[in-house]
Amino acid sequence: MPTTAELIKFIFGRLTIDALPLDEPIIMGTFVMVALGGLTVAGLITRFKLWGYLWKEWFTSIDHKKIGVMYIVLGVVMLLRGFADALMMRAQQAMSFGSSHGYLPPSHYDQVFSAHGVIMIFFVAMPLVVGLMNLVVPLQIGARDVSFPFLNNFSFWMTVGGAVIVMMSLFIGNFARTGWLAYPPLSGIGASPDVGVDYYIWGLQVAGIGTLLSGVNLVITIIKMRAPGMTLMRMPIFTWTALCTNILIVASFPVLTVVLALLSLDRYVGAHFFTNTLGGDPMMYVNLIWIWGHPEVYILILPAFGVFSEVVSTFSGKRLFGYTSMVYATVAITVLAYVVWLHHFFTMGAGADVNAFFGITTMIISIPTGAKIFNWLFTMYRGRVRFELPMLWTLGFMVTFVIGGMTGVLLAVPSADFVLHNSLFLIAHFHNVIIGGVVFGMFAGINYWFPKAFGFKLEPFWGKVSFWCWLVGFYLAFMPLYVLGLMGVTRRLSHFDDMSLRPWFLIAALGAGVILVGILAFLAQIAVSIMKREELRDLTGDPWNGRTLEWSTSSPPPAYNFAFTPVVHQQDAWWDMKTHGYQRPVAGFIPIHMPRNTGAGLVLAGFATACGIGMVWHMWWLAALGLFVVIGGAIVHSFNEDRDFHIPASDVIAVEGERTEALRNVA
Amino acid sequence: MVVMNPSGDIALQQRDLVLLSTGLMLLIIVPVIGLTLFIAWKYRESNTAAPYDPEWHHSTRLEFAVWGAPLAIIMVLGAVTWVTCHTLDPYRSLSRLGPNRPIPAGVKPLEVDVVALDWKWLFIYPELGVASVNELAAPVDRPLAFKITASTVMNSLAMPAIAGQIYAMPGMQTQLHAVINQPGVYDGFSGNYSGAGFSGMRFKVRGLSDADFATWAANARAGDARLTREAYVGLTQPSQNQPVSYFASVDPGLFLDIVDQCAASGDGCKRGDAMHAAMKLAVAEKVLCGPDGKPLPPRQTR
Repeated sequence: MPTTAELIKFIFGRLTIDALPLDEPIIMGTFVMVALGGLTVAGLITRFKLWGYLWKEWFTSIDHKKIGVMYIVLGVVMLLRGFADALMMRAQQAMSFGSSHGYLPPSHYDQVFSAHGVIMIFFVAMPLVVGLMNLVVPLQIGARDVSFPFLNNFSFWMTVGGAVIVMMSLFIGNFARTGWLAYPPLSGIGASPDVGVDYYIWGLQVAGIGTLLSGVNLVITIIKMRAPGMTLMRMPIFTWTALCTNILIVASFPVLTVVLALLSLDRYVGAHFFTNTLGGDPMMYVNLIWIWGHPEVYILILPAFGVFSEVVSTFSGKRLFGYTSMVYATVAITVLAYVVWLHHFFTMGAGADVNAFFGITTMIISIPTGAKIFNWLFTMYRGRVRFELPMLWTLGFMVTFVIGGMTGVLLAVPSADFVLHNSLFLIAHFHNVIIGGVVFGMFAGINYWFPKAFGFKLEPFWGKVSFWCWLVGFYLAFMPLYVLGLMGVTRRLSHFDDMSLRPWFLIAALGAGVILVGILAFLAQIAVSIMKREELRDLTGDPWNGRTLEWSTSSPPPAYNFAFTPVVHQQDAWWDMKTHGYQRPVAGFIPIHMPRNTGAGLVLAGFATACGIGMVWHMWWLAALGLFVVIGGAIVHSFNEDRDFHIPASDVIAVEGERTEALRNVA
Repeated sequence: MVVMNPSGDIALQQRDLVLLSTGLMLLIIVPVIGLTLFIAWKYRESNTAAPYDPEWHHSTRLEFAVWGAPLAIIMVLGAVTWVTCHTLDPYRSLSRLGPNRPIPAGVKPLEVDVVALDWKWLFIYPELGVASVNELAAPVDRPLAFKITASTVMNSLAMPAIAGQIYAMPGMQTQLHAVINQPGVYDGFSGNYSGAGFSGMRFKVRGLSDADFATWAANARAGDARLTREAYVGLTQPSQNQPVSYFASVDPGLFLDIVDQCAASGDGCKRGDAMHAAMKLAVAEKVLCGPDGKPLPPRQTR
C-alpha cells in the first residue's frame, strides 16, 4: 500500500503549496486582479447567456475569419500582459540606482524580462500575424476557407494552450530566469533546477506545434486554393508575404521543437546534448535556437511588409510600384533568412571568415528590404495619398523602420558588434524593427481589415491618439536605449551604480508610459467603434476603394465568403473587376459545400496543455493521459465522417438577397 | 559615451568602424526619410494640382536605382566588413599599439587568464604568479592576451573602453587581444546574462603605468591568500557583489584544469576518465588544427 505521502507525490508530482506565491505581494495583487477580471468576464458571459453562443459560433468554429479574429484577440490580450512586464522593467531600471535596489529582487526581475520576450514574440506578435493571415489570405485568393479547417481550429487552441501554460507560471511556481531563448548551461538542470525552464519548454512546445500546423495549412491553402486565373504572379502581395512566412514557419519551427526536445532530454533524463561535460556542447544549442530564431524574425516582419504594400497601394489610389520586384525581394529575404543566424553570436568565438560571411549575408538582406522601401515610396509618387489610419501607421513605419534597419546593418558588421552586442543598443535596435515594423504593421492591418471582419470602420479619433502615442512613445522609450548602449550599458541588468545613466532611463520609462496611453487608446478605439458602429457602418463591403478580392464580398463576409468563386484576370483583381464594369451575380445560386464546426480541436488542445502541465510538475499520470488522449483523439477524430455539410441554396439566396438590397440602398 | 570615446586601440578602431558604417548608411537613410515625408505630403489627396497617374507602376530605370543604390552601399560596407573582421579578429595578436605606433621589439604580450565565476571574475597573471578577483590591472601600451573561460554558465568578458567583448564559456577557451592606451580606470562587466548575481558581476579595469603596475603586483603578492585548488573551489561557490581581493600565488596549471572542468578533483586532470580523454583527443586530432597544422589544445572554440 502506498502511503499518503507517496500518493500525494504521485498525484501532484513536485507541486506543493509552496509553489503558490503567497508571500509575494506583487504577484498576489496581480493574481487577485486577474481573478477578479476573469470572474467579471465569466459572470457577464453567464449573465447574458453567451456561453452557448461563444461555444457554437466561435470556440468550435472552423471558419478561418473567426479563427483569425480569435488569434488577434489572443494577441491583444497577451499584449497587455507582455506590456505589463515592460512597464515593470522600465520602472525597476529607473528606480534601481546606487543604494536603491528598486522594487524587484533579481529572482523576480529575471522572470519578468524572460517572460516579456517570450510573450511578446510567441503570444503577441505570432498570434497577431497568424490571425491576420488567417483572416485575410483565403479572402484574398477567392477561397471559401483554408485547406484544413479543423486543423486551423486545433492550431489556434494549441497556441492558446501554450499561452495558458506560460500564464500559469505567473501564479503557480515560477517562470524561467534565463532570458527569452534560455541558453544552456543556465537553462540546464544544474543552474535552473526548478519549474521555470520547464514552463518555458512546454509552453513553447504546445504553441509551437500549433504554429507549425497553421503554417502547413496556409502554405497548402495558398498553393492549392487560389481562384481560377490567379497565377502566382497575380497574387496580392500580402498573400505572397504570407506564403513566404508560412514556408519559413514550416522549415524553421521543427528546429525549435527539436532543440527544446533535446534540452528536455538533458533536463529530464540526464542526457548531455548541451551540458558542459560528457561531450555536451552549449554552443550547439545557441546555433540551433537561432537557426529557428532568425527566420522567426522574418516570419513576423514579412506579413507586416505585405500589409504595408496593400495599404500604400490602396490609400494612394494607385497600383503598387514594382510588383515583380516586391515579389522577388520577398522571396530573396525568405531564402537569406536561413543563412544569417550566426550574426546573433559573433562574440562566441567563431573565426574571422565565418563572422565575415554571416555579417555580409546579413547586410545583403538590406538590399531587397531597401528596394521594398523605395517601391512603397514610388507607389505614393503620382498617387492620391489619403491619410487614413492604416496609412498613418504605414508612414510611421517607413520613417521608423529605416532607422532600425540602419542600426541592424551596423550590428551586422562583426567588429562593430563586438562593442555593441548584448548592449541596450541591441535592445533598441530590435524594438525599433519589431515595434516600428511588426507592431505598426499589425495596427495598420487591424485598422485596414477591421471593417471587412465586422462591417464597420474603426473610429479615427482614438485611432489617431493611439498612433501618435505609439509613435512618440516609441522614440522616447528607445532612443535613450541607443544612447545607453553607446555608454556601455548591457541588457538585463537590475541595478546600476552610475548615476549619470539615470536621466536616460527616466526618459525611457516616460516613453513606456506614453506607449501605455497608446495601448489604452487602442482599446478605447475598439470600444468607441462598437458603440458608434451604426455611424461607422459600411454596407458596400469596400470602404477604402480597395483593390484585392476581399473587398469584393460583403462585410463581414458570409460564411462561404464568395457565392461564386471569382475568376481573376489581373493583379489587383477587384480593381480590375471594378474598372471593367463587373456585375455582381444576383441569381443562379447553388448549395455550397462547407466544413462543419467541431469541438475536437479545443478538446485535443486542452489535453495537450494538460500533458505540458503534467510534464512541468512531474505529474506523470497527467502527462501520459494528456499525450494518450491527444494521439488517440486525433486518430479517432480522423474517422469522423460527419465533418461537412451543404449550405442550402435557399440560405445562399437569402444572404445574397440581403446584400443586393443593401447595395441598392447604398447606391 | 564610452563606445564613442574609448581608451584602447582596438575599441578605437571599433569606434571608427561604427562611425564609418553609420555614415555610409546615412547616405541612403536620410534621403529615404526625407523623400517619404515629401512624397506623402506632395501627393496628398487634397493637392489636386499634383499629377495623378493611377496605372503607373513600373520603371526599369527606377528599379535599377532602387536595387542598385543599396547594393552599392552594401558592396562598400561588405568590403569593409571583410577586412575589419580579420584585422580586428579578437584572436589575432596585436600588430600595433595605436595609429602609427608599432609594437617595440622584444615586447611580449601580458597574458591574463580570465575565469567567469558565479558571479565574479577571476583574473590570473601567469607571468606574475598572482591573481585577482573583480579587478583587472594592466600596464598601458603593452599588448594584452586574454584567455577566457567560465566555471558553470556562459558570460561575456566585456570591456567597451578597451576592446569590446567575447563570450566566456565553461569547458571552452576563448581569446581576446587588446591594449590600454591611457592610464585610467574603466568599466568591465559580463555582457551575457548569467543568473541572479549578473548585475553585480562588474570589475574595474585599471590601466597603470609600468611603475604603478609593479606596485600593484607587489601589493597582490604581499597578501596571504593563495589560489590553491581548494581556494578555487571556494571561489566557485555562488556569491554576489564580491569585493576585490588578491591572491599572492596561483597553483600551477590551474587555469588549464579549469578549462577542462576538472580543477576541483585535486590531482589536476590525470584524465582517469578514459572516455572523456579519448573524446577530447579525437576532437583535437580531427577538427581543431592551428594555422601551423598542429592540433590546438582541446576545446577551443576554434
